Amino acid sequence: MADTMLGLRDINTYYGKAHILHDLSFKVKTGEVVALLGRNGAGKTTTMRTIMQLARPRAGSVQFESQDITRWATHKVAQSGIGYVPEERRIFGDLTVMENLEVGRQPARDGLPVWTVEHLFELFPNLAERRNNRGKQMSGGEQQMLTIARTLMGNPKLLLLDEPSEGIAPVIVEQMAQTLLEIKAKGLTVLLSEQNLHFARIVADRAIIIESGSAVFDSTFEELETNPEIRDQYLSV
Amino acid sequence: MSFYFAQFLTGLSSASSLFLVACGLSLIFGVSRVVNFAHGSFYMLGAYVAYSLVQYVPGSILGFWGSVIAAALIVALVGVVVEILILKRIYNAPELYQLVATFGVVLVMQDAILLVFGGEDQFGPRAPGLDGVVRIFGEPIPEYDLLLIALGPIVLCGLWLLLNRTRWGVLVRAATLDREMVASLGVNQSWLFTTVFFLGSFLAGLGGALQVPRVSINLLMDLSIIAEAFVVVVIGGMGSIPGAFIAALLIGELNAFGVLVLPQATIVLAFVVMAVVLILRPYGLLGKPETLAHSAGQVELPIRPASTLAKSVAGLLLVGLVIMPFLAGEFAIVLATDVLIFALFAASLHFIMSNGGMVSFGHAAYFGLGAYGAAFVIKYAGGSMEIALLAAPLMAAAGALVFGWFCVRLSGVYMAMLTLAAAQIVWSTAFQWQDLTGGDDGLLGIWPSEWAKSKTAYYYLALVLCGGSILAMRRIIFSPFGYTLRGGRDNPNRTESIGINLRQHQWAGFVMAGMFAGIAGGVYVFSKGSIFPDEAAIPRSVDALVMVLLGGVQTLSGPVVGAGVFRLLEDEISRLDYWRAILGVIIISIVVIAPEGIAGFIRKIAMKAGFEHGEEASS
Repeated sequence: MADTMLGLRDINTYYGKAHILHDLSFKVKTGEVVALLGRNGAGKTTTMRTIMQLARPRAGSVQFESQDITRWATHKVAQSGIGYVPEERRIFGDLTVMENLEVGRQPARDGLPVWTVEHLFELFPNLAERRNNRGKQMSGGEQQMLTIARTLMGNPKLLLLDEPSEGIAPVIVEQMAQTLLEIKAKGLTVLLSEQNLHFARIVADRAIIIESGSAVFDSTFEELETNPEIRDQYLSV
Repeated sequence: MSFYFAQFLTGLSSASSLFLVACGLSLIFGVSRVVNFAHGSFYMLGAYVAYSLVQYVPGSILGFWGSVIAAALIVALVGVVVEILILKRIYNAPELYQLVATFGVVLVMQDAILLVFGGEDQFGPRAPGLDGVVRIFGEPIPEYDLLLIALGPIVLCGLWLLLNRTRWGVLVRAATLDREMVASLGVNQSWLFTTVFFLGSFLAGLGGALQVPRVSINLLMDLSIIAEAFVVVVIGGMGSIPGAFIAALLIGELNAFGVLVLPQATIVLAFVVMAVVLILRPYGLLGKPETLAHSAGQVELPIRPASTLAKSVAGLLLVGLVIMPFLAGEFAIVLATDVLIFALFAASLHFIMSNGGMVSFGHAAYFGLGAYGAAFVIKYAGGSMEIALLAAPLMAAAGALVFGWFCVRLSGVYMAMLTLAAAQIVWSTAFQWQDLTGGDDGLLGIWPSEWAKSKTAYYYLALVLCGGSILAMRRIIFSPFGYTLRGGRDNPNRTESIGINLRQHQWAGFVMAGMFAGIAGGVYVFSKGSIFPDEAAIPRSVDALVMVLLGGVQTLSGPVVGAGVFRLLEDEISRLDYWRAILGVIIISIVVIAPEGIAGFIRKIAMKAGFEHGEEASS
C-alpha cells in the first residue's frame, strides 16, 4: 500500500508559448484512488496528457513504478500499464463495440485481474446488448462506459480518468460511481480528474486541487471539508 | 451489340488495373493522411522490375507469375524504405509538405529507373497460358483481360476481409479515425503505418507488374497513372476502398465508351466527372468529411508589415534590379526575367495559400491559361503584345472564376485535389485540342512588340509588370480584404459568425490569385516565344509549391526568395545528368530539414538576434 505507483516531479508543460503546468508535483500510491480537482482551465487535462506523453513536458519528470517514463512514446507508456480514458471519450465511431474493445486489448499483467470481454459486459450490461452497434450510434453515457471498458481491455495497473462524469445524465453518474467502486475493489489504482465534487468524494480516497497548473491542496476529503475557504477559492461549487 | 459488350469488358479490365493502384493510394491516405504522389512511381517500378525479372532471370526460375509477385514485394520494400526515411519525419506537417516531399520521391525514382533500366520503351512478353483470345458474342477478348476483370473483385474482397476480420484491420481502421487515441491504447502506430505502406506499395507494384503483358513500359507511366488514380480515389471518397472500386468502374467504362464518342477529350472527361461528383457529394461517393485532428492546431504566425530594415533591404534589392542590365550580360538578363516571372507565379500561389489558407495543388492551370490566352491573341486575333498581355490575366481570371466556384466549396485535402483536377482539365485540353493549341507541338512564334524586342527592354517590362503585381498583392494582404481571408484561414466559423460571407471572399481571393498567375503566364510566353501544354502540367504546379516552400510559407518575402533560389538552382543543375534526382533530393531535404524555408530561417535568426518585432528579412 505504501509504495508509490505514479510520481510527477516539477512538471512544466507548454502549449506553444502558453505555460500550462508550473512545477507540478504529486504522487499516487498503489491501490489508491485520487481525485484531481480544479476549475476549467486549471490544467487537469494537460496533467493527464503529460502523464501519457501526449503533451511533452519541457522540464520535470514522470515516474511510473520504478521507471522514468518522461519522453517515452505514448504507446510505450500505455504498454507499461497506464490506461487513459480521455475527456471527450473519443470512441471509434465507425467501429462496433466489439471492435472498439479489440483496439484496447493488451496482454495480461502479473498479479492483476485479467479483464475479458465477458467481465466487462458484466460490469457494463448495456454494452453487451449493443455489442454489434457502431460507436457513433450510442448515447453519451454508453460511450463513456465503452471508453472505460476499452481502456480496461489493456489490463492497466493505473487508470487515468479525465472527467468521467462530464456531460452525462445524473442517473448514469450514480451508476458510474458504483462501477468505479467495483473497479477499485479489484485493486486498480486510479487517478481521476473531476469538477463534480460530490462524485469525486464517493469514489476517491484523496483530493488534489490544482490551480493555474500547480498543486495547491493535497489531502483527504475530510480535510477539505474543514477548509471551506479553500473549496470556495479553487473550486466552482 | 456484341461490339459494345466487348468494349464494356475492356472497360472492366482497365477498371481492375486502375483499382489495384487506387486502392493502395486510398488505403495509405486513409490511415496516414498522406497524399502520396510517389504511388505512381511505385506502379512504374513494379512494371520495370517485373519486366526485368521475366526477361533476365536465367532459366525462368520465377516464371511469369513468380516474377509478378516478386516485383510487387520488391516495390513494397522500396515503399517501406521511403516511409521510414522520409514520411515518418513529416506525418505531423501540413499536407503540402507531404505532397511536395513525395513529389521529390517521384523525381528521384524517375532518374533511378532511367539509370537502372534505361530510357527505352519496353514491350513485355505475354502471360503464359493466357496469351490467347476468347470469343464472346463473336468478338475476340484477350484471356489476360478476363483475368484482370476477375482480379479486381478478388482484391476488393481480400482487402475487405483483411480490414474487417483481422486485428490488424481493426487497428488500421481505428487509426484512420483517431491516431492519438490508438497510441494511447498501447498500439505502436509507427509500425502500423509502415505495414500499411507495405501493403499499399505492394498493390501499386502488383498493378504495375500486371501491366507488363498489356502495354508498353515507359518513363511516363508514373504521372499518367497517378493523375487517374487521384481521380478514382477522390470520386470514391478518400480512404474508402469500396468507393475506389466503384469509381474505378466508372472511370474504366467512361474511358472505354468515351473514346467512341469524344476521342479527343478522353482525359478531360474523367476530370469533368470528378468535378461533377464533388459538387453533388463533396467528399466523394462513399467518403466522409475530414475528421478534425485531435491535437493542438498549429498556430500561424501573424503576417506583419515590413520594418524599416526590411523596407531598406527591399529598396536596395529594387535598385539592384533596376541597374542590373547595365552590369550583367544577356544571359543573366534572360535568367533574371525568368526569376521575376516565377517570383510572381509563386507569390500568387502564396497569396491564396498562406494568406487564404487554401492550398492549391494545381496553380499551373492559371499560369497556363494566362500564357495560352496571350498566345491566342497573337495567333488567332492578330492582336499586339499589349492586348495579349491584357488578355492573359483575363483568361486566367475567367478560369479561376469557374474552377474557384467549385474549389471554395471544399477545404483541406479535398480542395487541394479539386484544384489538381482543375489543372489537369486545363492541361489535357491543351494537350488534346490540337486544332486550337497545337497539342504537344505547342504554339510557336509569339514574340514581343518591336519596342520590347531586346532582352533588356523585355526585362524592364517584366520588372514593371511582375514587380508591380507583387506590390499590389502586398497591398491587398494588408487591406481589410486580406484580414478577412486570414480570419477565414484561422477560424472559418468565427469569421462567418461575425457576418462575413467567407466563401465569397475566398472565391474572390482565388480569382485574384489566378489573375496574377495569369500575368506571370502572359509575360512568360513572350519571353520564350512559345507555349507548350507542360506549362499547365503537374510538375509546373509542384514547382510553384516548392518555390513557396523553399522561401518559407509564413513570410511574405518567402515566394520571392524561393523563386529566385529555385530558378538559379534549376539553371545550375539542369545541365547535369540526373538533374531530376538531384532536384528531388534537394526538395526532400528542404521539407525534412528546413520546413520553415529560407526566408523563415532568416527571420528566425533575425528574431533571435534581437530584432524584437520579428520583421521579415526583405519585402
